[in-house]
Amino acid sequence: MQTSLLTLVAQRLALGFLLLLAVSLLIFVGTNILPGDVAEAILGQSATPESLANLRRDLGLNDPAYIRYFNWLGGIATGDLGNALTNGSNISEAVGKRLFNTLFLAGTAAVISVPLAILLGLIAVRYRNRWPDKMISGLTLTSISLPEFFIGYLLIYFGAVKFGWFPSVATVYDSMGFWERLNIVALPALTLTLVVLAHMMRMTRAAILNVMQSAYVETAELKGLSAFNVIRKHAFPNAIAPIVNVVMLNLAYLIVGVVVVEVIFVYPGMGQYLVDHVAKRDVPVVQACGLIFAAFFIGLNLVADIVAIATNPRIRHPK
Amino acid sequence: MSNELQYLSTLVAKGKMHRRAFLGRASALGVSSVFANSLLVGAAHAEGPVKGGTIKLGAPGGESTNSLDPATYSSFIPFQNGKMFGDTLVEVGTDGNIVNRLAEEVGASDDAKVWTFKIRKDVTFHDGKTMTPADVIATMERHSDENAKSGALGLMKGISSMKVDGDNFVLELKDANADLPYLMSDYHLIIQPNGGKDAPDAGVGTGPYLTKVNEPGVRHGYEKNPNYWDSSRGHADQVELIVLNDDTARSSALQSGQVHMIERVPPKIAELVKRIPGVELKNAPGRGHYVFIMHRDTAPFDNEDLRLALKYGINRQEMVDKILFGYGSIGNDMPINAAYPLFSNDIEQRTYDPDKAAFHFKKSGIDGSVLLRTADGSFPGAVDASQLYQESLKQAGISLEVKREPNDGYWSDVWNKQPFCTSYWGGRPTQDQMYSTAYLSTADWNDTRFKSPEFDAMLLSARGELDQVKRKQIYRDMGVMMNQTGGLICPMFNDWLEAISDKIGGWESNGNQAMMDGFAPIKCWLKA
Repeated sequence: MQTSLLTLVAQRLALGFLLLLAVSLLIFVGTNILPGDVAEAILGQSATPESLANLRRDLGLNDPAYIRYFNWLGGIATGDLGNALTNGSNISEAVGKRLFNTLFLAGTAAVISVPLAILLGLIAVRYRNRWPDKMISGLTLTSISLPEFFIGYLLIYFGAVKFGWFPSVATVYDSMGFWERLNIVALPALTLTLVVLAHMMRMTRAAILNVMQSAYVETAELKGLSAFNVIRKHAFPNAIAPIVNVVMLNLAYLIVGVVVVEVIFVYPGMGQYLVDHVAKRDVPVVQACGLIFAAFFIGLNLVADIVAIATNPRIRHPK
Repeated sequence: MSNELQYLSTLVAKGKMHRRAFLGRASALGVSSVFANSLLVGAAHAEGPVKGGTIKLGAPGGESTNSLDPATYSSFIPFQNGKMFGDTLVEVGTDGNIVNRLAEEVGASDDAKVWTFKIRKDVTFHDGKTMTPADVIATMERHSDENAKSGALGLMKGISSMKVDGDNFVLELKDANADLPYLMSDYHLIIQPNGGKDAPDAGVGTGPYLTKVNEPGVRHGYEKNPNYWDSSRGHADQVELIVLNDDTARSSALQSGQVHMIERVPPKIAELVKRIPGVELKNAPGRGHYVFIMHRDTAPFDNEDLRLALKYGINRQEMVDKILFGYGSIGNDMPINAAYPLFSNDIEQRTYDPDKAAFHFKKSGIDGSVLLRTADGSFPGAVDASQLYQESLKQAGISLEVKREPNDGYWSDVWNKQPFCTSYWGGRPTQDQMYSTAYLSTADWNDTRFKSPEFDAMLLSARGELDQVKRKQIYRDMGVMMNQTGGLICPMFNDWLEAISDKIGGWESNGNQAMMDGFAPIKCWLKA
């Protein structure tokens, strides 16, 4: 049994890697069929035919596309993402900082929201259709229904301007200590928590309720276990796979989809970095960011898959 | 009475009395608010700059793609960076006149073709090297080089030769230009060690602040240059520029005390910002203007009557009131206003006149609607302004079709390509520069396709004319010509609108560029 689990995981990893390769091809082709080429984008208004030709030569744009693709892929494999066209800075270095910031914010939001969502989900199941359930659902659904920028502005108004608890501008520096950083990301992390809470909470609730219909739960109840113990020992372990799935989806969102929150709180994360470079047609940066985002998305879904496999013997032993 | 006012004004300067309370007391004493305000400014300066502290400035116009290389500057944060670490040979003062900086003397030959800048000797770069005329000439060479892709390349094209002569930097022009010092004040032309040929983006110059932190699109940190040659500048120990592109983030940062100054307050929230306790709104009339531009060489806009109809059909005052919320002034279909030197204020102001618009429209023989392209990114409120324009033209029986274009790609696909669209100009320090940039027949950015040999000849003769009276007359004639026959509809000039904390002292009105021409964090101080 042990070996078969490992094989399954290895299979998933290999599939994930193939998927990433396909995505890299897609990104490369996508950015290359954009109208105009990189050289035109850099020179813009001041382009003359000869300066275009010079720049194309310098950038290696005269090589056939497949050679450029493999050069790019080779660079990535060795950790070299190339240089940004707009200011010549090393992409790996710049992305590294931004990625750390993004992960820090996503991590903070996840540490608050994931346990909170699951706990709220469990409570909602325990008091199903009574006021705690209705209140939890009502509040979380309200917060997911508000656009995230609006929640952000509300938190800025009350948290920063009115009461001055936290700073409204979340510009983090390298030199900051951990607690200072935590203080600064408080408002954006709270905004993200409110945004992702409902999805995970409702999924937890639904998944457990689903299991609660089964015969073994009834048996457990008939044994005389307390309602909470029934949920904790019998229902929750069987509902883990769908919950982990939705948690991973939301984690992925926290990493790749938070550009609006970053803009509102002026947080120097990946989203802001990507958008700046898209606006300037800085293709190497866009490609690098796209690939990193894809890697996170695939990676997190992989984790969800593996957890599902590990917790569900039926998937491990297909008939 | 005036003694009492003087005393009260020093109280305000010391922070012991609120500004509004002072203005109230002043008006009770029967003093005009203009005079009372001028007393305050005087008192604030008499109190003297306070040294020390960290000034924090929040501003839009910064991206992670920014570089410290002065050749690349095109938005506010990079521009401000340059002011922090660098100096130019000369700069434009608050009164529009030239102030000597790294050049201690500027002289011209009688024909205004040969210009001599005597370079200061006591100035060192941040890396410890002494600044010499050789660095100056290297800087100018770099910006003249096509490959450097400098934003100042266009300015350098008129130079035929440059040389170093002892302590002097001498340049010779192809054609006479009485405004040459204004060109040398351009914010790209920061003097760098060896002209920045070795390390263009090092952030090393001769300026009042040393570059300490450079995180493009996030923040820039500066520390006082202890060896700065001009002790009247650089009061704070540290200056921090924080990129705050979002309007709301910017105003809430000022409100919660995270920054002391913010650049660009949207006019529509100006009244709200005014009401925030501890915050002052500052506006300075500038040279920037919002425009509707027609290609003079493209049908139907090659028809002079149609152009006149469209010019008479715009309600300028309404635009200033509703688009600028009063923070600006009306334009007169030329790119020049009173903020420029040698402006003639006696040119007749064109006003909204639906009858004349209808008359000219009929005379033009054109029927059907006129297509205007616009995008919110072309100037703040451009779509609203286009709709106001549509309404005011309707009263003259002219139908305007407004087509909204995406912001993305507006400057490459619509502006300077389509025959009628909205746009903006930031203004230039002199009339010559403004006209040369956009209204000379051969100008790259001639976005109204204004091609008049007569106008070009006038522009060139004014450029070489050292007699200011004659020059002013030529510029007046050019303004009238632009107003009558040009493809430019210029309804309004926008003010620079900024807000500062009441902890900031030393603010002065300077309309050359935003944030006191970028000198706000350098000339202002934190009150004790």
